[in-house]
Amino acid sequence: MTDTLIPVTTRKDWSSDQEVRWCPGCGDYSILAAVQMLMPDLGLRREDTVFVSGIGCAARFPYYMNTYGMHSIHGRAPAIATGLAMARPDLHVWVVTGDGDSMSIGGNHLIHAMRRNINITILMFNNQIYGLTKGQYSPTSELGKVTKSTPFGSLDHPFNPLSLAIGAEASFVARTHDMDRAHMLEIFRRAHEHKGSAFVEVFQNCNVFNDGAFEGVTAKQVREEMLIPLHHGEPIRFGADGHLGVMLDAQAGARVVEVADVGEDALMVHDETRVDPSVAFLLSRLARGPSEPTPIGVFRAVDRLEYGSEVNLQLAQSVADKGPGNLEDLLRSGATWEVA
Amino acid sequence: MIIRFAGDSGDGMQLTGDRFTSASALFGNDLATMPDFPAEIRAPAGTLAGVSAFQVHISDHDITTPGDEPNVLVAMNPAALRNELPRLEAGGTVIVNEDAFDERNLTKAGYTDNPLTDGSLEAFTVFEVPMTSLTQGAVEPLGVKPRDAERSKNFFALGLVSWMYTRPVEGTIAWIEQRFSAKPQVAAANLAAFKAGHAFGETAELFDHPYIVDPAALPAGTYTNINGNTALAWGLIAASQLSQLPLFLGSYPITPASDILHELSKHKRFGVRTLQAEDEIAGIGAAIGAAYGGHLGVTTTSGPGMALKAESMGLAVSLELPLLIIDIQRGGPSTGLPTKTEAADLLMAFYGRHGECPLPIIASHSPSSCFFVAIEAARIAIKYRTPVILLSDGYLANGTEPWRLPDVADLPDISTTFATEPNHTNEKGEEVFWPYLRDPETLARAWALPGTPGLMHRIGGLEKEDGSGNVSYDSDNHERMVHLRAEKIARIADDIPEAVVEGDVDDAELLVVGWGSTWGSIDAGANRARARGRKIARVHLTHLNPFPRNLGDILKAYPKVLVPEMNLGQLSRLLRAEFLIDARSVTKVRGVPFTASELEQAILDTLGGLR
Repeated sequence: MTDTLIPVTTRKDWSSDQEVRWCPGCGDYSILAAVQMLMPDLGLRREDTVFVSGIGCAARFPYYMNTYGMHSIHGRAPAIATGLAMARPDLHVWVVTGDGDSMSIGGNHLIHAMRRNINITILMFNNQIYGLTKGQYSPTSELGKVTKSTPFGSLDHPFNPLSLAIGAEASFVARTHDMDRAHMLEIFRRAHEHKGSAFVEVFQNCNVFNDGAFEGVTAKQVREEMLIPLHHGEPIRFGADGHLGVMLDAQAGARVVEVADVGEDALMVHDETRVDPSVAFLLSRLARGPSEPTPIGVFRAVDRLEYGSEVNLQLAQSVADKGPGNLEDLLRSGATWEVA
Repeated sequence: MIIRFAGDSGDGMQLTGDRFTSASALFGNDLATMPDFPAEIRAPAGTLAGVSAFQVHISDHDITTPGDEPNVLVAMNPAALRNELPRLEAGGTVIVNEDAFDERNLTKAGYTDNPLTDGSLEAFTVFEVPMTSLTQGAVEPLGVKPRDAERSKNFFALGLVSWMYTRPVEGTIAWIEQRFSAKPQVAAANLAAFKAGHAFGETAELFDHPYIVDPAALPAGTYTNINGNTALAWGLIAASQLSQLPLFLGSYPITPASDILHELSKHKRFGVRTLQAEDEIAGIGAAIGAAYGGHLGVTTTSGPGMALKAESMGLAVSLELPLLIIDIQRGGPSTGLPTKTEAADLLMAFYGRHGECPLPIIASHSPSSCFFVAIEAARIAIKYRTPVILLSDGYLANGTEPWRLPDVADLPDISTTFATEPNHTNEKGEEVFWPYLRDPETLARAWALPGTPGLMHRIGGLEKEDGSGNVSYDSDNHERMVHLRAEKIARIADDIPEAVVEGDVDDAELLVVGWGSTWGSIDAGANRARARGRKIARVHLTHLNPFPRNLGDILKAYPKVLVPEMNLGQLSRLLRAEFLIDARSVTKVRGVPFTASELEQAILDTLGGLR
């Protein structure tokens, strides 16, 4: 905080001395590597960076970052990060969470942090399973899923995390996956640079309890036909030679089409800055699960008042209007009388 | 003199009582008040469920309670009379709004005969005043519709009672003009009603002489009239200034704690950040986050919220960060009696978390004491890096008393220092920061704020290795950490005032031990018993965990120990367990404080009656 020059750092400077203890082969390793690689490029000081997590496999993340960090309690990281970000606007506050932590026990804190647009960056590792408790279905598990707690198949309708975030009018909503480091780096950077709450869903493979959950869209050999990259200002096209595209129609919402059938002009042009969340919501509904063509990238990135900054503005304005508070005057602010 | 104003929830009785109190305070009376209102915002008009009351005790000498039996009852309708009459002293005075005693209202209140005419009030002095019609007559020249005019009748009652007790009227007139300045016609109507009530008292032959309550002989100083929640909010602001830590409140609205949130949200000039969180858990979570960032983190709530915050309190104990958890207790269990007082969260404060999870507990005993107790809670939290539970209750929160303002210069310095340098050399010979290295005396851990270069570290709810703070599952380490956390709290006993015995210190037959809002009732009840020749000592506890060092000796110095509580005997259990003494319990869970006579009786009963 004392010197003005940001020291040059490397990935190693951002790695703590703690041994990483995820299962061998876990997707969390590649996400951790991406974040540690990104940090030196963001121009941040390690001491000004804080990772806050809840409970779950993903929540071990802060221990492995050589920054300030708090491994808190189940689901509450967005609430804790809210207080920290309001109190200390000088810090860069990241929340690392999983699908159980953020979509289930902490669902309320997540939606309210996004609604308020607190200045935090939320990385949600979605593996569609409870890993730390050893294999129960999660609120993002598909219907019919057989797990330890659903031996006859899950009857629970899952959340679509991006629909939830967009429904809460999060000002930045994106998706990436653990098999594509370059894409993660790009999306994490965009999320960090966004002012306000940034929500990133990361498809993350749990190779022990839910192996291959996203293979249908993220495996190298199917990606081209199954992942729909979103680029602001461009028609939404994917597939070999861009033969597939996404079109808006009045009846069914957004749907995948053969470009040859409809013509390029009929394709939807992606506008991440659209204030109204409805179109981003339609895009989030395009795939019913990771077995259908799935958009990745930035769904929504809009400017909206950020709660913590506004709170601090009110404080500054009060002091500017009436001067700083004086305790002596406060005690005498009601009716007083003298007893001799 | 004890006056009880009672009417329908919509009749403005709280406002009337409040104004009468302010006028009495400015007049120099000592006073104590107790609002008593239903949980429903507007129960059906005219029903027993909808009765809202405000009791004020004004005196020419030092008093500590809002009084036992009212001397005067102002009843704005039959339901108010029916609800409140049983409280009135034998032969007391009843002032009723005669106009409200029509058949419809009588039926709603469950009267088959009109009590004003059936002789059932013969034992009382009854003044029947047609307040509604007199008010309508007074405001009619202003062009107010009769229906709106009727709404000013509480000001008529206020004017009437102000005359009866010779309250100065200037303050109330100025207040009405200011309060309703945005609605000139309403201001004019209320003013006219107030003056009409005052004039009615003066001219009507109903009252042959006004009652006079002279100013009390209070110690010299500047006074203000304060309720517990305001005093607590101001105490938190003072603690922020004295500690030089910005104040952060994370809170979810809940009766009877919400007024602290309201008050603090006004004071942005003091750098106070308030977050009305999405729920109780987020309230404490945000406060923990702010505390981690170096603010004075506070969360305020009542019983149901305490239950929801329990897991987060455990996190704060594990993180060893300063945090204030303020519980304005109310009747439970569950939603219980939101607007009625009780003090049944003591054992929850002690034990209501999983694992061995000790934290300091302190309690306020009067409205104004909330100011000082807030500062003391912050002092302990900051110095020992620990969450502290502060217990107040609904009676203290809303009750008022004159408060001799402290000299700000006399308030303690509770500032702390943060780590700025490494504090340990590791096995590789590197200078590092260990967040769980402790001060050898206080056992408080080193506290480095995010933003401090070179001291990056991670903390969390998993058990930590002694010193380094790294995650540790080692059994020896866990046992050591459990003992360290307990010992840290226990050692606070060296740093708090010893308990002070009052009353017949040397030769008491009985020691009365209290905590919280029973202070005033115990004081009054014990003094009554002493006036009847019994020797009584009293001790009142502010610090409940840890107890003052000398408490055991005090308890063992007297033949008998009596513990009055607004629960089923929670402190008495703790005293029995801790000190192996025969602490007897006297309890009340009726949503209202003990009366002085109830405690006088309990004391006499414990001693086998009058000598």
